[in-house]
Amino acid sequence: MEELSILLGKAIQKVTRLKGGGGSALPGLVVEHMDPQFIKKVLSELPMGVAVVSGTNGKTTTTKIVSELLEAQGLRVFTNRTGSNFVRGVISEIIEDISLTGKFDYDIAVLELDEAHAVRFLEACDIDYALLLNVQRDQLDRFGEIDHTAELLQKVAENARKACVLNREDPRISQIRTAHPVWFGLGEDLLSAFPSDDDLIVSEGPKVSELPSSVTLESLNGQEGVFCIDGEAYSCRMELKGIYNAYNAAGALALCLSILPEAETEDLIHALSGIHSAFGRGESLQIGGRDVELYLVKNPSAFMLGLASFADEAHDFMIAINDEYADGRDVSWLWNVDFSRLAHVKVVTGIRASDMALRLKYEGCRVDVIEEDIGQALRKLTAEGDAPCRIFATYTAMLEIRRQISGKSIL
Amino acid sequence: MTINILHLYPREMNLYGDHGNVLALKQRAIWRGFDVKVIEHHVGDPIPKDIDIIFGGGGQDSGQVKIEEDLRANGDALKAKIEDGTPSLVICGLYQLFGRYFLTSEGKEIRGIGIFDAVTVAGSERLIGNIVIQSERFGEVVGYENHSGLTMPGEGAKPFGTVLKGAGNNGSDGTEGIMYRNCIGTYLHGPILPKNPAVADFLLLEALKRKDPSIAALQPLDDTLEMEAHRSAASRPR
Ligand SMILES: [Zn+2]
Repeated sequence: MEELSILLGKAIQKVTRLKGGGGSALPGLVVEHMDPQFIKKVLSELPMGVAVVSGTNGKTTTTKIVSELLEAQGLRVFTNRTGSNFVRGVISEIIEDISLTGKFDYDIAVLELDEAHAVRFLEACDIDYALLLNVQRDQLDRFGEIDHTAELLQKVAENARKACVLNREDPRISQIRTAHPVWFGLGEDLLSAFPSDDDLIVSEGPKVSELPSSVTLESLNGQEGVFCIDGEAYSCRMELKGIYNAYNAAGALALCLSILPEAETEDLIHALSGIHSAFGRGESLQIGGRDVELYLVKNPSAFMLGLASFADEAHDFMIAINDEYADGRDVSWLWNVDFSRLAHVKVVTGIRASDMALRLKYEGCRVDVIEEDIGQALRKLTAEGDAPCRIFATYTAMLEIRRQISGKSIL
Repeated sequence: MTINILHLYPREMNLYGDHGNVLALKQRAIWRGFDVKVIEHHVGDPIPKDIDIIFGGGGQDSGQVKIEEDLRANGDALKAKIEDGTPSLVICGLYQLFGRYFLTSEGKEIRGIGIFDAVTVAGSERLIGNIVIQSERFGEVVGYENHSGLTMPGEGAKPFGTVLKGAGNNGSDGTEGIMYRNCIGTYLHGPILPKNPAVADFLLLEALKRKDPSIAALQPLDDTLEMEAHRSAASRPR
C-alpha cells in the first residue's frame, strides 16, 4: 500500500511539474486519500521523532535556525516550506524525498506549524517536541481571536511527548500547561524592548517572570548577543538581525538542547553565528546598487518589533501595504502600531499606500513619496542617495518586491 | 481650551485599531490650537464629571465579559451625559452594549445600558469586509466591519446610515449603526475617524459648542490625504 502511494504520488508530481504546476499539493491530496495513515507511518519511523515550531510571529526563521543547528550536529533534518494546506503540503514534500521503496533518509522532522492547521496535523501525526514562540494578534478577519489561538497552542503542547519549549515572557504562552516544559526567556534589561501584545496600547511595564529559564537572551548589542545557558554566559556574534530574531534563537537553542542534551553548547553557539534569516525576515538584497533589507510585517507586534530593532536614522525607509486576501483585507491594525520611533519615511507604497501615509500623518512622521505602484516606488526609493534601505512590507507586497527584483525591471 | 476625551476600556476594547479614533480626535483638535486630555476609563474607575467627548471601541468576547458589569454600574452616569448632548462614538462591542441587550447563541441575555433603542442577537456567520454607507448627515462613510452580532434597531431609532456596500446592522434591513442625540453607534472599524474627517469634526465641534456657545465652526484643515485614503478604502472589494 505504502509503496503504491509513493509511486502514484511521485507520478502525479511529475505530471503536475510537466504542466508547470510547481509545488502543487495534488500529490499530497491523492496520497492522503489513498492512505490516510501515510504521514504518520513515515514520520513515526524517524529515529529522533518530530518537532514543531508554532506561534504567531517568527516561525519561519526559527524553524530554519533549529534545522540548521541540528544539521550542524550531524543530524539529517527533514523540514517543510509553508503552504496553503499544511498536511497535504508536508505529504507532497515527503513524496518528493522518499525513495520508491519507502526509504526516508532523515533523523528528525522539524516542521513549521501554523496554528490554524495545528488540530488537523495533531490528528494526522504524533509529535515529540514543540517550540511555542508567542501568541499575538494576527489578521483577525481570518483566524478569529487571540484566545482561540492560545487554546490551539495548548493542544500542541499537550501532544508534545518529550518536551515543550515555551516563551516565558509571553503572557499566553507562559500559562500553557504541559508535562515536560522547558522555558526560554529574556534578561531583565531586554524586557522593556519587547512589547507583549497586551501592552501594545496600555502599558503597565514589563514583569519579571518567576519561571526558570534554560536559555535566556541576556543582552544584545548590535548583532552581538549574550545567551545564558544553564547558568553560563555565551556570547555570539550573529548574522541574524534584530532583537526578535535573536530571541527566537534562544528558543531554538533550548529546543536543540532538549533534542540533543549531550550536544556541546559551544558548538551550537558557533553554528548559530553563521545562520541567516529566512526570506523577508531581515534578508539583505541589492537593488539599483543599494543595500536593501526586507522585513515582513503581518501584524502590529511584528511591525513594532521590527521598528524597535531597526528604526534608526541612518537608513532610507519604505513601507509597502497591500490588502489582498493573504495580507488580510482589514488594514485597521496599522493604527495599533506605535510609529513614534519613525521620524521620516521616504516612500509608502502598495494598494493601501494612502492609508499608511495617513497613519503616519497622525503620528507626526514625515513621508516624502506616496506611490501605490510597488515597482515605481522601488525606483523612487533607490534613485537618490546611498544610504542603505529598509523595507517593511505585507505578504503580497513582499512577493511583488521579489518579483520586481527577479524580473530585473529594477536592476 | 482643553477638550477632555473619555476613552472607555482601552485595555479590553482596543481591537481593530480603534485607538486610531482617539488619535484622530486628538490631532485634529491640536492642529486647531486646542489642548486635549485623554482620560482612560478602566474597570472600577468612576466616570469623571468634566467630560466633553466619550469614545469606546470593540473587543473580543473575553474583553467584553470583563467590562459588562462595570459598564452597567456606570450606565446611568453615561446615559445622563448622552441625554445632555455629549458627543460620543461607540464601535462594535460597545455599540452593542449601548443597546438594550445582547442575546448570545446560548440564549443568555446580556443586559446593555439602553442608550440606543436596539437589541442585538448572536448570528451564525461573521459579517466581515469593507463597508460603505451613506449617511444623511455625513455623506459617504467608509470602514471595515467584523461582527457576528445582528443589531435590530427599534421603531424610533435613527440609523447612522444606509448600507451601500457591506452588511451593516444585520445584513437584511440595509441600516448601519444608530445615532441618538449626539451619540453615534456603529460597526465601522478602519478606524472610522481618520478616513471620515466629517464625523471626527462633528464630534469636536459639538464638544466645543457646549464649552463655548460662540464657536460656530471649526477652522478647516487640509484633508487631501484623508480623502485619498477614503476613496481608496471605498474602492476595495468586500
Ligand atoms: Zn467589530
